[in-house]
Amino acid sequence: MPTTLTINGKTQDIDLPGEVPLLWVLRDEVGLTGTKFGCGVAACGACTVHIDGEAVRSCQVALADVWGDVTTIEGLGTPDNMATIQQAWVDHQVAQCGYCQSGQIMNAAALLDQTPNPTDQDIDDAMQGNLCRCGTYPRIRAAIKDAAQRIQEA
Amino acid sequence: MANFRKIARRTFLIGTVAIAGGVAFGVYQVRKDAPNPLTPGEGEATLNPYILINSDGITIIAPRAEMGQGVHTTLAALVAEEMDVAWEDITVLHGPPAQAYYNQALLGLALPFRHYADTAFKHTLRQGVGMVGKLLNLQVTGGSTSTKDAYERMRHAGASAREALKLAAAAQLGTDAGSLRTENSQVIAPDGRTIAYTALAEALRDITPPDVELRDKSTWKYLGKSMPRTDMVAKSTGTAQYATDTKLDDLKFATVRMNPRRSGMVSFDDSAAKTMAGVEQIIDLEDGIAVVANNTWLALQAANAVEITWEDASYPADTAALLAAVEASFKEEPNSVIRDDGDVTAPVDGTEITATYQVPYLAHSTMEPMCATALYTDDGLEIWAGNQAPVIVRDKCAEAVGLTPEQVMVHTTLMGGGFGRRSEYDFSVQAAKIAKAMPGTPIRMTWPREEDMTHDFYRPAAMAQFRGFVADGEAQLVDGKIAAQSVTHNSSRRLAGQIPPGPDRGHVEGAADQPYAIPNFRVSGHLTDLTVPLGFWRSVGNSHNGFFFDTFIDEMAHAAKVDPLQFRLKMARAEHAPSAGVIQAVYEMSGWTGNTPDNIGRGVAFTYSFGTPVAEVVEVEDTGNGIRINKCWIACDVGTALDPRIIESQMVSGAIYGFSAAMQGEITFADGAAEQRNFYDYDAMRMHNTPAFEVRILETAPFMGGVGEPGTPPSMPALGNALFDLTGTRARTLPLNKTFDLIL
Repeated sequence: MPTTLTINGKTQDIDLPGEVPLLWVLRDEVGLTGTKFGCGVAACGACTVHIDGEAVRSCQVALADVWGDVTTIEGLGTPDNMATIQQAWVDHQVAQCGYCQSGQIMNAAALLDQTPNPTDQDIDDAMQGNLCRCGTYPRIRAAIKDAAQRIQEA
Repeated sequence: MANFRKIARRTFLIGTVAIAGGVAFGVYQVRKDAPNPLTPGEGEATLNPYILINSDGITIIAPRAEMGQGVHTTLAALVAEEMDVAWEDITVLHGPPAQAYYNQALLGLALPFRHYADTAFKHTLRQGVGMVGKLLNLQVTGGSTSTKDAYERMRHAGASAREALKLAAAAQLGTDAGSLRTENSQVIAPDGRTIAYTALAEALRDITPPDVELRDKSTWKYLGKSMPRTDMVAKSTGTAQYATDTKLDDLKFATVRMNPRRSGMVSFDDSAAKTMAGVEQIIDLEDGIAVVANNTWLALQAANAVEITWEDASYPADTAALLAAVEASFKEEPNSVIRDDGDVTAPVDGTEITATYQVPYLAHSTMEPMCATALYTDDGLEIWAGNQAPVIVRDKCAEAVGLTPEQVMVHTTLMGGGFGRRSEYDFSVQAAKIAKAMPGTPIRMTWPREEDMTHDFYRPAAMAQFRGFVADGEAQLVDGKIAAQSVTHNSSRRLAGQIPPGPDRGHVEGAADQPYAIPNFRVSGHLTDLTVPLGFWRSVGNSHNGFFFDTFIDEMAHAAKVDPLQFRLKMARAEHAPSAGVIQAVYEMSGWTGNTPDNIGRGVAFTYSFGTPVAEVVEVEDTGNGIRINKCWIACDVGTALDPRIIESQMVSGAIYGFSAAMQGEITFADGAAEQRNFYDYDAMRMHNTPAFEVRILETAPFMGGVGEPGTPPSMPALGNALFDLTGTRARTLPLNKTFDLIL
C-alpha cells in the first residue's frame, strides 16, 4: 500500500517498502536530489531535512515512520527566491565542493528557528554533526551569524 | 529510454570525433593540431575550445574539474576579462575529453630542477616539456596546476573571441571593426548602436578569429578581484548537479560490493539477495558484484545479503607487516638522491641530532562517495562522472565494455570533493559495466561509505630517518632518508600501464626541494615494493615529507637554541626571497615573540610546494579539558593572485584537511582489509574544533603558484611543533591523538 507524504507542501504517494529511509525516497523516488547521501549512519549530516520544522538525518528515518511534513533544501528556497539563510550562504561565498551544504543549510535553518540569536557555543553544539571535508566551517559560522541578524531585523 | 544523440545536442558537447564549424587557433602553434571538440548546433558559434555562444548566452568551457577549489570561477574570469562578458551572463561547463584540453603545467612539475629556483629559461623549458601533455592527452586536474596552465591560454581565447565579435558586428553595421568597442557582452559602435554577443552567434560562423595581444594587468576588471563563484547559488539551493543527480527517464539504482582485500572473487551466492524487495539484477563484476534495484537503499540491502568468498590480499595482511616492509626498504639502494649539496659524509663540528618519523596510510574520504551514472545503448556508452581525468575515464570505460573511445561520451559533473581520489577511473568503469549489463536502462550507481573507505587509493604510510648537525645557531648538515611505497609507480602502472623511468621526484617532494641554504644537504628516496593501492592525496609526497622535514628543522632549531621561526627565516633568506617573505609575514601577523603563557603553545612550519611557498603559525591551548587549536595564521606567495577570496578559501581548506589528518587520520589494515569503514572511525575536523584563521596573500614570486594543495603540508608540522612548545613532548608519529589529549 502506498505511503502518503507531504513534501515541500505537495502531497505524494510513495510505493516503496516502509523501511526505505526517507533519504532514498526523496532522491530516487521523488527526484529531489538536493538532499545528499554521505554516510548512511547519521555521522555526517549531508542528508539533513526538516520534518515539521525539526532537523533530522533523513538516512535514519524510515518511510513508514515519517511523522510530519517534510521540507528539503528545494522547499526552503529556490535560486530565484532564496531563503534568508541561503542568501547569507551566497553572500559569504561559503560553498566549495558544495556537497555537504544542503545539509549544513537545513541544519542551520532549524538552529535559527529555535535559537534566533545563537552564540558561538550554540553554533558549535548545533553544527558539529555536519561534516565538511572542504573545511568551510569559518564561512558557515559567519553566514549563520549574518542570517540571524538579517532575520531579526526583518 | 533516453536518446543518446538528443542528450548530446542538449549539452552542446559531442564526443571528440565530430568537428564541424569549430576553429582551432591561438598563439600556441602546438594547439593548432588539437581539434576543437565543440560542435556548434544551429544558431550557435564556437570560436575556440573554450567558448560557445548562442542566443541564450555565453558558455565558457572549463578544461579542468570543479571539485570545490573554485577553478570554474577563475577560468571563466580569465576568458571574461579579455572578452568583456558581463559576469552574470556566464555559464561554465566542464569540457569533454579532448586533446585541446591537455594540461601543460602538470608535466612541468616532474622535471628534476628545484622548482623554486626557476629562471626564465627553466620556466620556458618547463612549459616546453608541458607540450608533451598534448601528446599524452593529459587532460588531468591535479598538481595545483589548473590556473597556471590556463593563465595565458584562456585569456587569449577571450581576447581573440572579442576581436572576432567585433569583426562580425562590423560586417552587420557596415563599419570598420577598429572603430568598435566591447562592454557588458555587447559590441558598441561609435554612434551608440549596440549588438549583443548572443545576436552575433550566427554571423560568427564565417569569421576566423584573429590573434591579438593580451591586455595589461593594470586594466583588469575581474582578475585580481574576488568574484562571486559561478557555482555558488546552485550549491546553496540544492540545484547543483553531481554525478548521481543526473535525471534520466526510467532510472535504475545500483551499488557494488568489492573485495576489501583488493584482489579477486572466488565465488558468490546471490540466491537470497535475488529475491529481495526491489532487486532487478545482480551482476558479476569479477572482483565483486553489483546489484541493480528500483531504489539505492534496496540495492544496498541486497548487496549485503550476497554471500561472497574473496581472494587473499597480494600484500602483507596487517599494518605491522606493511610498516616492517617500509622500514626494510631503508636498507635498499635509494631510487633518488635529487638533493645532494656539499658532503654529508664529511665530519662536521657541532651537535648531532637524529630522529625517526612515521605517518600512516590515509583515505581521501570525500563527502560524496564514489558514484557515476551511465547509459549503454546501440549508439554507445554515455557516462556522467565526477572525475579529474576525462580522457582516461573515456578510454578505460571503452576498453571495459568493448567500445571504441569515440563511442563513449563522458560528462564531467560537479564533484563532491576530489582531493586526488577522482583522478581514478575505477568507479566509472564499474558504472559502465553495470550499464552494459542492462542495455537501454540508465543506471545510477552509488557506493556506500564503507566501500569508499575500504576501496580508496590511499596516501602511503611513510617513514623517515633524519640526521643533522647544528653549530653556531645554524644548520650545518641535513641527511634525510624517506621510505614508502611510490605513489608515482603505483598509480602510473594503473593509469598508464607503465612506470616512468628515472628518479621519483614526487616521492621526496616537500623535503629534497625545500628552499633552505644548508651547506651539506642530502635527501634520498627509498621505494617500498608493496601493492597496497595508492593515489594522489592532496599535496601527495609533500603531505608526509612536509611533516618529516619541517619537524626535523624544528628539532634542529631547538637543539641550536635558536628561535624556530628565525632559524627558518635565516636559511630561507639565503636561498629564496619569496619563501623568506612568507615566514616574515606570519611572524608579523601572529605577533610572534617566541614566548607564550604556560597553557598556550605556538609552532611555525614552512613548506614550498606546487610553486607556492606557505608558512603557517599554529596556536594551541590546554583548556584543562583537552587541547584545542585556537588560531592559525597562513601566509602564501602565489606570484599573481587571480581571485583572493578563492585563494584564501583554499589555504584554509588545505590547512583544515591537513589538521584533520594530523590529529586523527589513520587507515590501518587487518586480514588484508582497511579497518576503518565510515566517519565514526575515520573522522575529520568539525565546527567545534576548527580554529580561527588569518590569511595573507603575497605576490612577489616571479611565477604563478598553485593554491589547492600548498596549504596542506605545513599545517601538520606546525601543529606538531605547537604541541611540542606547549607540552615539551615531541610527537614523531602521526596521528597526534596517539600522543596528546586533543579535542576531537
